Amino acid sequence: MSKKQHYAITVNGKEEEFLAEPRELLIYTLRERLNITGPHIGCETSHCGACTVTIDGKSVKACTMFVAQANGKDITTIEGIGGPDDLHPLQEAFKEHHGLQCGYCTPGMITRATKLLEENPNPTEEDIRFGMAGNICRCTGYQNIVKSIQAAAAEMNAAKEAAE
Amino acid sequence: MIPAAFEYYRPKDMAGVLSILEEHGDDARVMAGGHSLIPMMKLRMADVPHLIDLQDVGGMSDIEISSDSIRIGALVTQAEIIDHADLAKVAPILREAALQIADPQVRYMGTVGGNVANGDPGNDMPGLMQCLDAVFTVVGADGERDIPARDFYEAAYMTAREDEEVLTAVTIPLPNGGYAYEKQKRKIGDYATAAAAVQIVKDGETCSSVAIAMTNLSDTPIYSEAAGAALIGTAVDAVALDAAVAAMLGDIDPSEDNRGPVAFKNHVAGVILRRAIERAWSRA
Repeated sequence: MSKKQHYAITVNGKEEEFLAEPRELLIYTLRERLNITGPHIGCETSHCGACTVTIDGKSVKACTMFVAQANGKDITTIEGIGGPDDLHPLQEAFKEHHGLQCGYCTPGMITRATKLLEENPNPTEEDIRFGMAGNICRCTGYQNIVKSIQAAAAEMNAAKEAAE
Repeated sequence: MIPAAFEYYRPKDMAGVLSILEEHGDDARVMAGGHSLIPMMKLRMADVPHLIDLQDVGGMSDIEISSDSIRIGALVTQAEIIDHADLAKVAPILREAALQIADPQVRYMGTVGGNVANGDPGNDMPGLMQCLDAVFTVVGADGERDIPARDFYEAAYMTAREDEEVLTAVTIPLPNGGYAYEKQKRKIGDYATAAAAVQIVKDGETCSSVAIAMTNLSDTPIYSEAAGAALIGTAVDAVALDAAVAAMLGDIDPSEDNRGPVAFKNHVAGVILRRAIERAWSRA
């Protein structure tokens, strides 16, 4: 068995240092070692996207990265996007437009959607469906997820215009 | 889904990579984005006692376009291929193919080098690179050598790259004419049931040159010279299309799996190639 190594990662702006084996999957580091349980384990096979986090500006499935690869990286999870007292416009829109039923896929959906809207602030329905294709929802049929993201985009664009 | 333990290395340069490969032989493997290797390690279908992460090795992350060729570093991701405006102008088939690989999260991590070096017959880039007549550069203890994509694939996961060599770049002659990458897959994230890469040149009303390669229809990608020969000198009419499809079917050797029986694979291969040729011709 390989020895534990010293790792340092930044999660939601906070530097975390710990010892772990290199083979530990990042999703387990987050959930079990750091108690950051927003990213979920759905399939654990790179398909469902429930474990999506943002790493150095990329949407990444945290079940498909070893903690050793993430050493030194800056990671954002759903906890870093917004909380109960300061919901992100996407979180607000998912709540208002019924963009979730059971909610299991939602942290990954919203984390992915933040990146999608950063890259494309005015996505069409087709853009959203294509850009969210790495996140699976088994409840909603996606229609309300698309509506939620469109509503959040409109809200964010309006806020940006008002600020300018 | 816990892989076997391994020693992890993140060398800063290629000399560091090669010395680890030399020391540990086929107990060591290099990894770029890891989106082929990590799933195999989690399933314990790949045992990698010494894992070499290439992310800090420089010189393999650029796309360079010259007057006659394109050089893509092995660590360039599918997402970077898609986002590169100049590349989309000179070789739009690359973007068209990359958009059909996996899903957004996987495309941020998955690299061109990993896709072509892995030797998985399901990967899309190997067939595409055969269509484009790309050359793969590998480096080892004795220096660099170039291997044409059309000679690189020997069997599933068996390639002309030696265990102690690293694939560093893909060089593509600037393509001409119309293009299409057509892929049939059951769902997002699945490998192709059948895929076809076509690059075709029109001279007046006839086809003067064409390259055709098929994906996931044999244990290697298939560059079908015969399918191309059936189109050259024709107006790419119905008779020529039938002949090209028949010639391609003679070159592939699909096997039955959860995507369907052999007869179905052959059927889909024909449909996909026909669509790819028609679309490429319409753009020529």
